[in-house]
Amino acid sequence: MTGAQNATVTATGLDHRKMGVWTFLGSECMFFGSLIATYLVYKGKSVVGPYPHETLNIPLTSISTFVLLMSSLLMVLALAAVQRGDALGAKLWLFGTPFFGMIFLGFQVYEFSTFVSEGLTLQVNLFGASFFVLTGFHGAHVSVGVLWLLSLWVLALRNRLTRADALLVEIAGLYWHFVDVVWIVIFTLVYLIQ
Amino acid sequence: MRHPVSQHPPVRIYLLVAAVLSVITAVEVSVFYLTVLARFLAPLLIVLSAAKFSLVVMFFMHLKSDHHAFTGLFVGPLVIAVAITVALMALFGAFVVGRP
Repeated sequence: MTGAQNATVTATGLDHRKMGVWTFLGSECMFFGSLIATYLVYKGKSVVGPYPHETLNIPLTSISTFVLLMSSLLMVLALAAVQRGDALGAKLWLFGTPFFGMIFLGFQVYEFSTFVSEGLTLQVNLFGASFFVLTGFHGAHVSVGVLWLLSLWVLALRNRLTRADALLVEIAGLYWHFVDVVWIVIFTLVYLIQ
Repeated sequence: MRHPVSQHPPVRIYLLVAAVLSVITAVEVSVFYLTVLARFLAPLLIVLSAAKFSLVVMFFMHLKSDHHAFTGLFVGPLVIAVAITVALMALFGAFVVGRP
């Protein structure tokens, strides 16, 4: 059984899969909230360097932030294409979204490797520990989203993603947009407010 | 029984929201480099970030047009997470001016 039209009856009249995803995203708010709180509590308390202002690359991260924002646009375009039965559009945007996600991950890998080469590691100070844990968990979420979207793209390539399956794309999109809004918060609190 | 299908906005709204998000991001990065705004940098950036967050959640995640139960499921834990963050920062003296 696939699609919102064929979903089972629930007491609320709402699709239980969508309800489940929103509940999961609510729990994810708490998860990332704890990581962000930890970063902010330890902010400015490192007794040895490297310090944030010495390492964070704002121009580079601004570009990766823009790429992730645009991937959210491609995600809603993919959903709109599936909803109107536009197979070509669905294939295009369902590839574009994880592709932009992979570009973002590429930026993160470059950033992490640069930081390590400059002496900032998970163990060196409080900034390194809280920064790598926070952004690392976010990167892991992006990776899961990329794999999820690529699996939908493969379904679209095999013409097994129809208008009736729009809810599957919408649910994947909710996860992807959540990953985007978490980065919006991280970009401001970690990178811009130093 | 068919479930109520929420009315999603048209593509032009998505494009408009993406354009606004891009402009806000450009403004965020610009004010970061403006030393005259250094005193107001944190509150200004938090407001801009909250605006971006709200736009994505309302339009891209469709909470503006979807069932209110979904809004409750998301905003409830979000409020708790923000409250815990602020409380922890207060407990650890992050808001104390002139701390070592």
